[in-house]
Amino acid sequence: MAYAIVESCVNCWACEPVCPSNAIADARPHFVIDANKCTECDGDYADPQCASICPIEGAILDPFGVQANPPGSLTGIPPERMAEAMAEMQAR
Amino acid sequence: MELTVIGQDAGPAAEGGCSSSGCGGTSDQLSHLPESIRQKVQDHPCYSEDAHHHFARMHVAVAPACNIQCHYCNRKYDCANESRPGVVSELLTPDQAVKKVMAVAANIPQMTVLGIAGPGDPLANPERTFETFRQLTEKAPDIKLCVSTNGLSLPQQVDELCKHNIDHVTITINCVDPEIGAKIYPWIFWNNRRIKGKKGAKILIDQQQKGLEMLTERGILVKVNSVMIPGVNDEHLEEVSRIVKQKGAFLHNVMPLIAEAEHGTFYGVMGQRGPTHDELQALQDKCAGDMNMMRHCRQCRADAVGMLGEDRGDEFTMDKVENMHIDYEAAMEERAEYQAAALATLEAQRQNSGESFVALSSIGKARRETRPVLMAVATTGGGVINQHFGHAKEFLVYEASATDVRFIGHRKVDLYCEGGDTCGDGESVLQKTIRTLDGCEAVLCSKIGYEPWEQLEQAGIAPNGEHAMEPIEEAVAAVYAEMVSSGLTDQAPHSATVQISA
Ligand code: SF4
Ligand code: SF4
Ligand code: SF4
Repeated sequence: MAYAIVESCVNCWACEPVCPSNAIADARPHFVIDANKCTECDGDYADPQCASICPIEGAILDPFGVQANPPGSLTGIPPERMAEAMAEMQAR
Repeated sequence: MELTVIGQDAGPAAEGGCSSSGCGGTSDQLSHLPESIRQKVQDHPCYSEDAHHHFARMHVAVAPACNIQCHYCNRKYDCANESRPGVVSELLTPDQAVKKVMAVAANIPQMTVLGIAGPGDPLANPERTFETFRQLTEKAPDIKLCVSTNGLSLPQQVDELCKHNIDHVTITINCVDPEIGAKIYPWIFWNNRRIKGKKGAKILIDQQQKGLEMLTERGILVKVNSVMIPGVNDEHLEEVSRIVKQKGAFLHNVMPLIAEAEHGTFYGVMGQRGPTHDELQALQDKCAGDMNMMRHCRQCRADAVGMLGEDRGDEFTMDKVENMHIDYEAAMEERAEYQAAALATLEAQRQNSGESFVALSSIGKARRETRPVLMAVATTGGGVINQHFGHAKEFLVYEASATDVRFIGHRKVDLYCEGGDTCGDGESVLQKTIRTLDGCEAVLCSKIGYEPWEQLEQAGIAPNGEHAMEPIEEAVAAVYAEMVSSGLTDQAPHSATVQISA
Protein backbone atom coordinates (compact mmCIF):
# COMPACT_ATOMS: atom_id res chain seq x y z
CA MET A 1 0.00 0.00 0.00
CA ALA A 2 1.23 3.45 -0.79
CA TYR A 3 0.42 7.12 -0.86
CA ALA A 4 0.02 8.79 -4.25
CA ILE A 5 0.45 12.27 -5.70
CA VAL A 6 -2.20 13.41 -8.16
CA GLU A 7 -2.62 16.22 -10.67
CA SER A 8 -3.42 19.05 -8.27
CA CYS A 9 0.24 18.92 -7.12
CA VAL A 10 1.98 22.24 -7.88
CA ASN A 11 5.52 20.83 -7.88
CA CYS A 12 6.55 22.82 -4.85
CA TRP A 13 9.24 20.33 -3.78
CA ALA A 14 8.24 20.29 -0.12
CA CYS A 15 7.55 16.56 0.07
CA GLU A 16 10.63 15.29 -1.76
CA PRO A 17 13.32 15.93 0.88
CA VAL A 18 11.19 14.77 3.84
CA CYS A 19 10.35 11.28 2.56
CA PRO A 20 12.32 8.73 4.61
CA SER A 21 12.07 6.14 1.84
CA ASN A 22 13.29 8.25 -1.08
CA ALA A 23 10.06 7.34 -2.78
CA ILE A 24 9.27 10.75 -4.24
CA ALA A 25 10.61 11.96 -7.58
CA ASP A 26 10.58 15.33 -9.30
CA ALA A 27 8.52 14.56 -12.39
CA ARG A 28 6.21 16.43 -14.79
CA PRO A 29 3.36 17.23 -15.05
CA HIS A 30 3.65 16.60 -11.33
CA PHE A 31 5.76 14.87 -8.69
CA VAL A 32 5.23 11.14 -8.27
CA ILE A 33 5.48 8.59 -5.47
CA ASP A 34 7.00 5.25 -6.37
CA ALA A 35 4.43 2.83 -4.94
CA ASN A 36 7.09 0.15 -4.55
CA LYS A 37 9.24 2.35 -2.38
CA CYS A 38 6.59 4.09 -0.25
CA THR A 39 6.41 2.58 3.22
CA GLU A 40 3.66 4.93 4.42
CA CYS A 41 6.46 6.11 6.71
CA ASP A 42 5.75 3.05 8.83
CA GLY A 43 8.54 2.53 11.35
CA ASP A 44 9.98 5.99 10.72
CA TYR A 45 7.29 8.46 11.68
CA ALA A 46 3.83 8.47 13.16
CA ASP A 47 2.49 10.59 10.29
CA PRO A 48 3.10 10.19 6.57
CA GLN A 49 5.68 12.94 5.95
CA CYS A 50 4.63 13.91 2.44
CA ALA A 51 1.01 14.40 3.46
CA SER A 52 2.10 16.35 6.55
CA ILE A 53 4.06 18.99 4.69
CA CYS A 54 2.17 19.21 1.38
CA PRO A 55 0.48 22.64 1.17
CA ILE A 56 -2.01 21.69 -1.52
CA GLU A 57 -5.36 20.23 -0.60
CA GLY A 58 -6.16 17.09 -2.55
CA ALA A 59 -2.68 16.65 -4.00
CA ILE A 60 -1.91 13.50 -2.01
CA LEU A 61 -4.14 10.43 -1.69
CA ASP A 62 -3.83 7.93 1.11
CA PRO A 63 -3.60 4.19 0.39
CA PHE A 64 -7.41 4.04 0.21
CA GLY A 65 -7.54 6.70 -2.45
CA VAL A 66 -8.91 9.26 0.00
CA GLN A 67 -7.53 12.80 -0.02
CA ALA A 68 -5.08 13.06 2.84
CA ASN A 69 -5.81 16.81 3.03
CA PRO A 70 -9.41 17.47 1.95
CA PRO A 71 -10.64 20.90 0.74
CA GLY A 72 -10.52 23.55 3.46
CA SER A 73 -8.29 21.50 5.75
CA LEU A 74 -5.05 23.37 5.00
CA THR A 75 -5.93 26.83 3.76
CA GLY A 76 -8.87 27.29 6.09
CA ILE A 77 -10.89 28.56 3.15
CA PRO A 78 -14.38 27.00 3.42
CA PRO A 79 -15.02 25.09 0.18
CA GLU A 80 -18.27 27.06 -0.37
CA ARG A 81 -16.37 30.34 -0.20
CA MET A 82 -13.79 29.03 -2.64
CA ALA A 83 -16.55 28.03 -5.07
CA GLU A 84 -18.16 31.46 -4.70
CA ALA A 85 -14.87 33.25 -5.33
CA MET A 86 -14.24 31.14 -8.41
CA ALA A 87 -17.71 31.95 -9.74
CA GLU A 88 -17.17 35.68 -9.11
CA MET A 89 -13.93 35.60 -11.03
CA GLN A 90 -15.48 33.74 -13.94
CA ALA A 91 -18.29 36.28 -14.13
CA ARG A 92 -15.82 39.17 -14.44
CA MET B 1 40.82 43.65 -1.27
CA GLU B 2 40.25 47.09 -2.68
CA LEU B 3 36.61 47.24 -1.64
CA THR B 4 37.48 47.10 2.02
CA VAL B 5 39.76 50.08 1.56
CA ILE B 6 37.00 52.06 -0.09
CA GLY B 7 34.67 51.29 2.73
CA GLN B 8 37.15 52.57 5.27
CA ASP B 9 37.82 55.72 3.31
CA ALA B 10 34.21 56.64 2.76
CA GLY B 11 33.15 55.93 6.29
CA PRO B 12 34.75 58.74 8.27
CA ALA B 13 34.09 61.28 5.48
CA ALA B 14 30.37 60.71 5.80
CA GLU B 15 30.51 61.12 9.53
CA GLY B 16 31.80 64.67 9.50
CA GLY B 17 29.08 67.19 10.23
CA CYS B 18 25.84 67.50 8.35
CA SER B 19 26.81 65.56 5.30
CA SER B 20 23.78 63.38 4.85
CA SER B 21 20.51 64.19 3.21
CA GLY B 22 18.93 63.02 6.43
CA CYS B 23 20.04 66.12 8.27
CA GLY B 24 17.06 67.25 10.29
CA GLY B 25 14.96 64.41 8.96
CA THR B 26 14.88 60.67 8.74
CA SER B 27 15.94 60.38 5.15
CA ASP B 28 19.34 58.80 5.67
CA GLN B 29 18.68 56.01 8.10
CA LEU B 30 22.29 55.01 8.13
CA SER B 31 23.25 58.03 10.17
CA HIS B 32 21.53 56.49 13.19
CA LEU B 33 23.56 53.34 13.09
CA PRO B 34 26.80 52.50 14.81
CA GLU B 35 29.78 52.89 12.52
CA SER B 36 30.44 49.14 12.30
CA ILE B 37 26.95 48.45 10.98
CA ARG B 38 26.91 51.52 8.78
CA GLN B 39 30.01 50.31 7.02
CA LYS B 40 28.46 46.96 6.39
CA VAL B 41 25.36 48.40 4.80
CA GLN B 42 26.56 51.50 3.02
CA ASP B 43 26.72 49.86 -0.39
CA HIS B 44 23.96 47.37 0.18
CA PRO B 45 21.05 48.23 -2.12
CA CYS B 46 18.39 46.71 0.09
CA TYR B 47 19.47 48.45 3.26
CA SER B 48 20.91 51.76 2.27
CA GLU B 49 18.47 54.23 0.85
CA ASP B 50 21.12 56.12 -1.12
CA ALA B 51 22.98 53.04 -2.21
CA HIS B 52 20.03 51.47 -3.90
CA HIS B 53 20.34 54.04 -6.65
CA HIS B 54 23.88 52.88 -7.41
CA PHE B 55 24.19 49.26 -6.40
CA ALA B 56 22.14 46.27 -7.34
CA ARG B 57 21.21 42.96 -5.89
CA MET B 58 19.98 39.79 -7.42
CA HIS B 59 18.12 36.81 -6.11
CA VAL B 60 18.29 33.26 -7.32
CA ALA B 61 15.58 30.68 -6.82
CA VAL B 62 17.32 27.54 -5.57
CA ALA B 63 15.26 26.70 -2.50
CA PRO B 64 11.71 25.77 -3.49
CA ALA B 65 10.37 23.87 -0.48
CA CYS B 66 8.64 25.58 2.44
CA ASN B 67 7.85 24.36 5.92
CA ILE B 68 4.99 26.67 6.89
CA GLN B 69 1.91 28.19 5.32
CA CYS B 70 1.18 31.91 5.31
CA HIS B 71 -2.35 33.07 4.62
CA TYR B 72 -1.09 35.51 1.97
CA CYS B 73 0.80 32.88 0.03
CA ASN B 74 -0.22 30.58 -2.77
CA ARG B 75 2.50 28.02 -3.09
CA LYS B 76 2.04 27.69 -6.78
CA TYR B 77 4.15 30.84 -6.81
CA ASP B 78 7.22 32.28 -5.12
CA CYS B 79 7.46 33.03 -1.43
CA ALA B 80 5.17 36.00 -0.93
CA ASN B 81 7.27 37.16 2.00
CA GLU B 82 10.04 38.23 -0.33
CA SER B 83 8.52 38.73 -3.74
CA ARG B 84 5.38 39.92 -5.40
CA PRO B 85 2.54 37.47 -5.16
CA GLY B 86 1.79 35.50 -8.27
CA VAL B 87 5.35 35.34 -9.56
CA VAL B 88 7.02 32.11 -10.60
CA SER B 89 10.79 32.07 -10.78
CA GLU B 90 13.01 29.85 -12.83
CA LEU B 91 14.12 27.16 -10.40
CA LEU B 92 17.88 26.60 -10.53
CA THR B 93 20.22 23.96 -9.18
CA PRO B 94 23.03 25.32 -7.02
CA ASP B 95 25.48 24.87 -9.92
CA GLN B 96 23.24 26.76 -12.31
CA ALA B 97 22.67 29.49 -9.76
CA VAL B 98 26.39 29.99 -9.28
CA LYS B 99 26.90 30.24 -13.03
CA LYS B 100 24.11 32.76 -13.37
CA VAL B 101 25.32 34.89 -10.49
CA MET B 102 28.82 35.08 -11.90
CA ALA B 103 27.52 35.94 -15.36
CA VAL B 104 25.42 38.76 -13.95
CA ALA B 105 28.21 40.03 -11.72
CA ALA B 106 30.60 40.13 -14.66
CA ASN B 107 28.12 42.11 -16.77
CA ILE B 108 26.57 44.35 -14.13
CA PRO B 109 29.36 45.72 -11.96
CA GLN B 110 26.74 47.33 -9.70
CA MET B 111 25.70 43.88 -8.51
CA THR B 112 27.05 43.64 -4.98
CA VAL B 113 24.56 41.40 -3.21
CA LEU B 114 23.20 37.96 -3.86
CA GLY B 115 20.14 36.83 -1.96
CA ILE B 116 18.37 33.54 -1.65
CA ALA B 117 14.80 34.22 -0.78
CA GLY B 118 12.64 31.59 -2.28
CA PRO B 119 10.32 30.47 -3.75
CA GLY B 120 10.01 28.59 -0.50
CA ASP B 121 12.18 28.96 2.56
CA PRO B 122 15.96 28.86 2.02
CA LEU B 123 16.51 27.27 5.40
CA ALA B 124 13.96 24.56 4.74
CA ASN B 125 16.29 23.62 1.86
CA PRO B 126 19.61 23.90 3.65
CA GLU B 127 21.66 21.72 1.29
CA ARG B 128 20.70 23.66 -1.82
CA THR B 129 21.08 27.04 -0.16
CA PHE B 130 24.40 26.33 1.48
CA GLU B 131 25.88 24.62 -1.57
CA THR B 132 25.20 27.82 -3.52
CA PHE B 133 26.78 29.98 -0.83
CA ARG B 134 29.78 27.67 -0.48
CA GLN B 135 30.63 27.87 -4.16
CA LEU B 136 30.12 31.61 -4.37
CA THR B 137 32.26 32.39 -1.35
CA GLU B 138 35.03 30.55 -3.11
CA LYS B 139 34.58 31.69 -6.70
CA ALA B 140 33.23 35.22 -6.30
CA PRO B 141 34.47 36.55 -2.99
CA ASP B 142 33.46 40.12 -3.84
CA ILE B 143 29.76 39.32 -3.69
CA LYS B 144 27.90 39.69 -0.41
CA LEU B 145 25.50 36.95 0.52
CA CYS B 146 22.18 37.28 2.22
CA VAL B 147 19.27 35.05 2.99
CA SER B 148 15.61 35.56 3.86
CA THR B 149 13.66 33.18 5.99
CA ASN B 150 10.37 32.63 7.76
CA GLY B 151 12.50 31.77 10.79
CA LEU B 152 11.19 28.31 11.63
CA SER B 153 14.48 26.49 10.99
CA LEU B 154 16.68 29.43 11.81
CA PRO B 155 17.99 28.39 15.27
CA GLN B 156 18.99 25.00 13.86
CA GLN B 157 20.82 26.62 10.94
CA VAL B 158 22.56 29.54 12.61
CA ASP B 159 25.89 27.76 13.05
CA GLU B 160 25.92 26.56 9.47
CA LEU B 161 25.05 30.09 8.34
CA CYS B 162 27.98 31.52 10.30
CA LYS B 163 30.35 29.11 8.60
CA HIS B 164 29.51 30.63 5.25
CA ASN B 165 30.17 34.05 6.59
CA ILE B 166 26.78 35.41 5.63
CA ASP B 167 26.37 38.76 7.24
CA HIS B 168 22.80 39.72 6.29
CA VAL B 169 19.70 37.78 7.25
CA THR B 170 16.09 38.84 6.76
CA ILE B 171 13.44 37.28 8.96
CA THR B 172 9.77 37.79 8.21
CA ILE B 173 8.11 38.37 11.56
CA ASN B 174 4.44 39.28 11.40
CA CYS B 175 3.59 38.92 15.08
CA VAL B 176 4.85 37.99 18.51
CA ASP B 177 1.45 36.88 19.81
CA PRO B 178 0.27 33.32 18.98
CA GLU B 179 -3.40 34.45 18.98
CA ILE B 180 -2.60 36.78 16.11
CA GLY B 181 -0.20 34.26 14.62
CA ALA B 182 -2.98 31.72 14.27
CA LYS B 183 -4.80 34.21 12.02
CA ILE B 184 -1.77 34.51 9.75
CA TYR B 185 -0.21 31.02 9.77
CA PRO B 186 -2.70 28.14 9.52
CA TRP B 187 -0.03 25.47 10.06
CA ILE B 188 3.64 24.67 10.28
CA PHE B 189 5.62 21.47 9.67
CA TRP B 190 7.62 20.83 12.81
CA ASN B 191 9.32 17.75 14.23
CA ASN B 192 7.83 15.61 11.47
CA ARG B 193 4.26 16.67 12.11
CA ARG B 194 1.85 19.23 10.78
CA ILE B 195 0.91 21.50 13.65
CA LYS B 196 -2.08 23.76 13.20
CA GLY B 197 -3.48 26.89 14.80
CA LYS B 198 -2.15 28.67 17.87
CA LYS B 199 0.17 25.86 18.83
CA GLY B 200 1.96 25.99 15.50
CA ALA B 201 2.06 29.79 15.52
CA LYS B 202 3.63 29.77 18.98
CA ILE B 203 6.42 27.45 17.89
CA LEU B 204 7.08 29.59 14.83
CA ILE B 205 7.17 32.80 16.88
CA ASP B 206 9.51 31.25 19.46
CA GLN B 207 11.87 30.04 16.74
CA GLN B 208 11.86 33.41 14.98
CA GLN B 209 12.71 35.26 18.19
CA LYS B 210 15.33 32.73 19.18
CA GLY B 211 16.90 32.90 15.72
CA LEU B 212 16.95 36.69 15.85
CA GLU B 213 18.74 36.65 19.20
CA MET B 214 21.25 34.02 18.09
CA LEU B 215 22.14 35.98 14.96
CA THR B 216 22.61 39.32 16.66
CA GLU B 217 24.69 37.65 19.39
CA ARG B 218 26.97 36.45 16.63
CA GLY B 219 27.23 39.90 15.09
CA ILE B 220 25.18 39.13 12.00
CA LEU B 221 23.00 41.92 10.64
CA VAL B 222 19.32 41.13 10.88
CA LYS B 223 16.54 42.90 9.04
CA VAL B 224 12.96 42.16 9.98
CA ASN B 225 10.17 42.23 7.41
CA SER B 226 6.53 42.42 8.43
CA VAL B 227 3.44 42.22 6.29
CA MET B 228 0.81 44.72 7.38
CA ILE B 229 -2.60 43.05 7.47
CA PRO B 230 -5.34 45.54 8.43
CA GLY B 231 -7.48 44.28 11.29
CA VAL B 232 -5.13 41.38 11.97
CA ASN B 233 -1.68 42.68 12.94
CA ASP B 234 -1.70 46.37 12.03
CA GLU B 235 -1.83 47.64 15.59
CA HIS B 236 0.33 44.81 16.85
CA LEU B 237 3.23 45.67 14.56
CA GLU B 238 4.27 48.62 16.70
CA GLU B 239 4.99 46.15 19.48
CA VAL B 240 6.77 43.85 17.05
CA SER B 241 8.92 46.77 15.99
CA ARG B 242 9.83 47.55 19.58
CA ILE B 243 10.69 43.96 20.44
CA VAL B 244 12.79 43.17 17.40
CA LYS B 245 14.73 46.38 17.85
CA GLN B 246 15.36 45.49 21.47
CA LYS B 247 16.77 42.20 20.30
CA GLY B 248 19.15 43.90 17.91
CA ALA B 249 17.46 43.94 14.49
CA PHE B 250 18.84 46.94 12.64
CA LEU B 251 15.97 47.55 10.24
CA HIS B 252 12.27 46.90 10.34
CA ASN B 253 10.51 46.95 7.00
CA VAL B 254 6.71 47.04 6.97
CA MET B 255 5.27 45.87 3.66
CA PRO B 256 1.65 46.07 2.59
CA LEU B 257 -0.43 42.92 2.27
CA ILE B 258 -1.26 42.33 -1.36
CA ALA B 259 -4.35 40.15 -1.59
CA GLU B 260 -6.39 39.43 -4.70
CA ALA B 261 -8.91 36.64 -5.13
CA GLU B 262 -7.01 35.74 -8.32
CA HIS B 263 -3.99 34.72 -6.28
CA GLY B 264 -6.05 32.01 -4.62
CA THR B 265 -4.66 32.83 -1.19
CA PHE B 266 -6.70 32.65 2.02
CA TYR B 267 -6.70 36.42 2.38
CA GLY B 268 -7.40 36.93 -1.30
CA VAL B 269 -10.35 34.59 -1.41
CA MET B 270 -11.75 35.67 1.96
CA GLY B 271 -11.73 39.31 0.87
CA GLN B 272 -9.14 40.55 3.37
CA ARG B 273 -8.06 43.98 2.19
CA GLY B 274 -4.55 45.37 2.07
CA PRO B 275 -3.63 48.70 3.70
CA THR B 276 -4.10 52.00 1.88
CA HIS B 277 -1.03 54.12 1.11
CA ASP B 278 -1.95 56.36 4.04
CA GLU B 279 -2.39 53.51 6.51
CA LEU B 280 0.93 52.02 5.51
CA GLN B 281 2.69 55.34 5.76
CA ALA B 282 1.13 56.08 9.14
CA LEU B 283 2.28 52.74 10.53
CA GLN B 284 5.75 53.18 9.05
CA ASP B 285 5.90 56.60 10.68
CA LYS B 286 4.85 55.21 14.06
CA CYS B 287 7.40 52.44 13.87
CA ALA B 288 10.07 54.87 12.69
CA GLY B 289 9.92 56.53 16.09
CA ASP B 290 10.95 53.19 17.44
CA MET B 291 13.55 52.12 14.98
CA ASN B 292 15.12 52.53 11.59
CA MET B 293 12.55 51.74 9.00
CA MET B 294 13.27 50.81 5.46
CA ARG B 295 11.01 52.68 3.14
CA HIS B 296 12.47 51.83 -0.21
CA CYS B 297 11.66 48.13 -0.21
CA ARG B 298 9.94 47.16 -3.41
CA GLN B 299 9.00 43.61 -2.55
CA CYS B 300 11.21 42.51 -5.34
CA ARG B 301 10.83 39.31 -7.25
CA ALA B 302 12.65 36.31 -5.90
CA ASP B 303 14.82 36.10 -9.01
CA ALA B 304 15.04 39.78 -9.72
CA VAL B 305 18.22 40.97 -11.37
CA GLY B 306 19.51 44.49 -11.62
CA MET B 307 18.88 47.71 -9.83
CA LEU B 308 16.03 47.59 -7.39
CA GLY B 309 12.82 48.01 -9.29
CA GLU B 310 14.48 47.40 -12.63
CA ASP B 311 14.44 43.80 -13.64
CA ARG B 312 16.98 42.66 -16.20
CA GLY B 313 16.29 38.99 -15.61
CA ASP B 314 15.45 38.37 -19.28
CA GLU B 315 19.07 39.02 -20.25
CA PHE B 316 20.26 36.26 -17.98
CA THR B 317 18.00 33.30 -18.48
CA MET B 318 19.74 29.97 -18.00
CA ASP B 319 20.02 29.18 -21.71
CA LYS B 320 21.76 32.51 -22.32
CA VAL B 321 24.00 32.12 -19.29
CA GLU B 322 25.14 28.65 -20.34
CA ASN B 323 26.67 30.20 -23.47
CA MET B 324 28.47 33.08 -21.80
CA HIS B 325 32.19 32.92 -21.22
CA ILE B 326 33.14 34.67 -18.06
CA ASP B 327 36.62 35.78 -17.03
CA TYR B 328 35.81 36.45 -13.42
CA GLU B 329 39.27 37.64 -12.46
CA ALA B 330 39.05 40.46 -15.00
CA ALA B 331 35.44 41.12 -14.11
CA MET B 332 36.34 41.47 -10.48
CA GLU B 333 38.78 44.27 -11.27
CA GLU B 334 36.21 46.12 -13.33
CA ARG B 335 33.68 45.66 -10.57
CA ALA B 336 36.01 47.10 -7.98
CA GLU B 337 36.63 50.15 -10.19
CA TYR B 338 32.95 50.76 -10.81
CA GLN B 339 32.10 50.33 -7.18
CA ALA B 340 34.81 52.74 -6.07
CA ALA B 341 33.50 55.37 -8.50
CA ALA B 342 29.92 54.82 -7.39
CA LEU B 343 30.81 55.15 -3.74
CA ALA B 344 32.56 58.41 -4.54
CA THR B 345 29.46 59.72 -6.38
CA LEU B 346 27.30 58.61 -3.51
CA GLU B 347 29.47 60.44 -1.05
CA ALA B 348 29.47 63.56 -3.22
CA GLN B 349 25.67 63.44 -3.48
CA ARG B 350 25.40 63.04 0.26
CA GLN B 351 27.56 66.12 0.73
CA ASN B 352 25.75 68.18 -1.90
CA SER B 353 22.22 67.43 -0.89
CA GLY B 354 23.06 68.84 2.51
CA GLU B 355 23.44 72.21 0.84
CA SER B 356 20.10 72.27 -0.90
CA PHE B 357 18.41 72.08 2.47
CA VAL B 358 20.12 75.19 3.68
CA ALA B 359 18.64 77.03 0.72
CA LEU B 360 15.30 75.41 1.29
CA SER B 361 15.02 76.28 4.94
CA SER B 362 15.82 79.89 4.21
CA ILE B 363 12.76 80.04 1.98
CA GLY B 364 10.78 78.50 4.78
CA LYS B 365 11.81 81.23 7.16
CA ALA B 366 10.97 84.02 4.76
CA ARG B 367 7.36 82.86 4.71
CA ARG B 368 4.88 81.63 7.23
CA GLU B 369 4.52 77.97 8.06
CA THR B 370 4.49 76.01 4.85
CA ARG B 371 2.88 72.62 4.77
CA PRO B 372 4.67 69.52 3.51
CA VAL B 373 3.95 68.24 0.00
CA LEU B 374 4.16 64.74 -1.45
CA MET B 375 5.78 64.35 -4.86
CA ALA B 376 6.23 61.33 -7.08
CA VAL B 377 9.40 60.70 -9.06
CA ALA B 378 10.02 58.50 -12.10
CA THR B 379 13.52 57.04 -12.13
CA THR B 380 15.36 53.96 -13.29
CA GLY B 381 18.10 54.41 -10.71
CA GLY B 382 21.27 56.39 -10.25
CA GLY B 383 19.55 58.83 -7.92
CA VAL B 384 18.42 61.07 -10.77
CA ILE B 385 15.14 61.80 -12.53
CA ASN B 386 15.57 59.88 -15.74
CA GLN B 387 12.40 58.03 -16.65
CA HIS B 388 9.56 58.84 -19.03
CA PHE B 389 6.25 59.06 -17.21
CA GLY B 390 4.72 56.47 -19.50
CA HIS B 391 7.52 53.98 -18.90
CA ALA B 392 7.41 54.14 -15.12
CA LYS B 393 6.29 50.93 -13.51
CA GLU B 394 6.65 52.47 -10.13
CA PHE B 395 7.13 55.86 -8.57
CA LEU B 396 9.27 56.96 -5.66
CA VAL B 397 7.36 59.21 -3.32
CA TYR B 398 9.11 62.01 -1.47
CA GLU B 399 7.83 64.41 1.09
CA ALA B 400 9.17 67.94 0.84
CA SER B 401 8.81 70.33 3.73
CA ALA B 402 10.45 73.54 4.81
CA THR B 403 13.17 71.60 6.57
CA ASP B 404 13.94 68.62 4.41
CA VAL B 405 13.13 66.23 1.62
CA ARG B 406 12.58 62.71 2.77
CA PHE B 407 11.90 59.49 0.99
CA ILE B 408 8.50 58.07 1.90
CA GLY B 409 8.10 54.95 -0.15
CA HIS B 410 7.22 53.34 -3.45
CA ARG B 411 4.03 53.12 -5.37
CA LYS B 412 3.83 50.44 -7.96
CA VAL B 413 1.73 50.82 -11.05
CA ASP B 414 -0.46 47.80 -11.57
CA LEU B 415 1.76 45.37 -13.38
CA TYR B 416 -0.95 42.97 -14.34
CA CYS B 417 -1.91 45.29 -17.15
CA GLU B 418 0.79 46.10 -19.67
CA GLY B 419 -1.35 48.68 -21.42
CA GLY B 420 -1.94 49.27 -25.13
CA ASP B 421 -1.68 46.04 -27.05
CA THR B 422 -2.31 43.58 -24.28
CA CYS B 423 -5.38 45.02 -22.64
CA GLY B 424 -6.64 47.13 -25.54
CA ASP B 425 -7.55 49.96 -23.23
CA GLY B 426 -4.57 52.21 -22.72
CA GLU B 427 -6.65 54.88 -21.06
CA SER B 428 -7.47 52.73 -18.08
CA VAL B 429 -3.77 52.13 -17.51
CA LEU B 430 -3.28 55.85 -17.29
CA GLN B 431 -6.18 56.13 -14.87
CA LYS B 432 -4.70 53.40 -12.75
CA THR B 433 -1.35 55.15 -12.77
CA ILE B 434 -2.98 58.38 -11.70
CA ARG B 435 -4.84 56.61 -8.93
CA THR B 436 -1.49 55.21 -7.79
CA LEU B 437 -0.32 58.78 -7.31
CA ASP B 438 -3.18 59.59 -4.96
CA GLY B 439 -2.07 62.23 -2.45
CA CYS B 440 0.88 63.47 -4.49
CA GLU B 441 0.78 67.05 -5.75
CA ALA B 442 3.47 66.82 -8.39
CA VAL B 443 5.11 64.15 -10.47
CA LEU B 444 8.69 64.59 -11.67
CA CYS B 445 9.82 62.68 -14.72
CA SER B 446 12.20 63.08 -17.67
CA LYS B 447 9.37 63.45 -20.20
CA ILE B 448 5.65 63.12 -20.35
CA GLY B 449 3.05 62.84 -23.12
CA TYR B 450 0.29 65.36 -23.78
CA GLU B 451 -2.62 63.19 -22.72
CA PRO B 452 -1.21 62.11 -19.36
CA TRP B 453 -0.22 65.72 -18.78
CA GLU B 454 -3.82 66.86 -19.12
CA GLN B 455 -5.25 64.09 -17.03
CA LEU B 456 -2.70 64.60 -14.27
CA GLU B 457 -3.55 68.28 -14.13
CA GLN B 458 -7.24 67.44 -13.95
CA ALA B 459 -6.48 65.15 -11.04
CA GLY B 460 -4.66 67.98 -9.30
CA ILE B 461 -1.17 66.55 -9.78
CA ALA B 462 1.30 68.91 -11.42
CA PRO B 463 3.36 67.15 -14.09
CA ASN B 464 6.96 68.34 -14.24
CA GLY B 465 9.57 67.41 -16.84
CA GLU B 466 11.91 70.31 -16.17
CA HIS B 467 14.34 68.48 -13.93
CA ALA B 468 15.39 65.61 -16.16
CA MET B 469 18.74 64.07 -15.18
CA GLU B 470 18.93 66.12 -11.98
CA PRO B 471 19.50 64.49 -8.60
CA ILE B 472 16.12 63.58 -7.14
CA GLU B 473 16.28 65.32 -3.82
CA GLU B 474 17.56 68.56 -5.29
CA ALA B 475 14.84 68.56 -7.91
CA VAL B 476 12.14 67.87 -5.34
CA ALA B 477 13.53 70.67 -3.19
CA ALA B 478 13.52 73.02 -6.20
CA VAL B 479 9.92 72.19 -7.12
CA TYR B 480 8.90 72.66 -3.52
CA ALA B 481 10.64 76.01 -3.45
CA GLU B 482 8.63 77.05 -6.53
CA MET B 483 5.42 75.91 -4.88
CA VAL B 484 6.27 77.89 -1.78
CA SER B 485 7.05 81.08 -3.67
CA SER B 486 3.88 80.80 -5.75
CA GLY B 487 1.89 80.49 -2.53
CA LEU B 488 0.66 76.98 -3.28
CA THR B 489 1.72 75.63 0.07
CA ASP B 490 -0.37 78.19 1.92
CA GLN B 491 -3.49 76.58 0.56
CA ALA B 492 -4.88 73.38 1.91
CA PRO B 493 -4.05 70.38 -0.24
CA HIS B 494 -6.59 69.74 -2.95
CA SER B 495 -8.51 66.54 -2.81
CA ALA B 496 -6.50 64.25 -4.99
CA THR B 497 -9.17 61.61 -5.16
CA VAL B 498 -10.86 63.43 -8.01
CA GLN B 499 -12.69 61.12 -10.34
CA ILE B 500 -10.73 60.84 -13.52
CA SER B 501 -12.84 61.10 -16.65
CA ALA B 502 -13.16 57.72 -18.28
S1 SF4 C 1 4.06 8.23 2.91
FE1 SF4 C 1 6.14 8.43 3.68
S2 SF4 C 1 7.26 6.90 2.57
FE2 SF4 C 1 5.40 7.19 1.44
S3 SF4 C 1 5.91 8.73 -0.08
FE3 SF4 C 1 5.04 9.80 1.68
S4 SF4 C 1 6.83 10.39 2.84
FE4 SF4 C 1 7.51 8.79 1.44
S1 SF4 D 1 4.32 18.81 -1.41
FE1 SF4 D 1 2.39 18.44 -2.45
S2 SF4 D 1 2.25 20.04 -3.99
FE2 SF4 D 1 4.36 20.01 -3.27
S3 SF4 D 1 5.40 18.71 -4.74
FE3 SF4 D 1 4.77 17.38 -3.06
S4 SF4 D 1 2.75 16.64 -3.66
FE4 SF4 D 1 3.23 18.32 -4.99
S1 SF4 E 1 7.23 31.45 4.08
FE1 SF4 E 1 7.09 32.20 1.97
S2 SF4 E 1 6.78 30.35 0.69
FE2 SF4 E 1 6.40 29.77 2.83
S3 SF4 E 1 4.18 30.00 3.00
FE3 SF4 E 1 5.07 31.90 3.74
S4 SF4 E 1 5.09 33.24 1.97
FE4 SF4 E 1 4.78 31.14 1.21
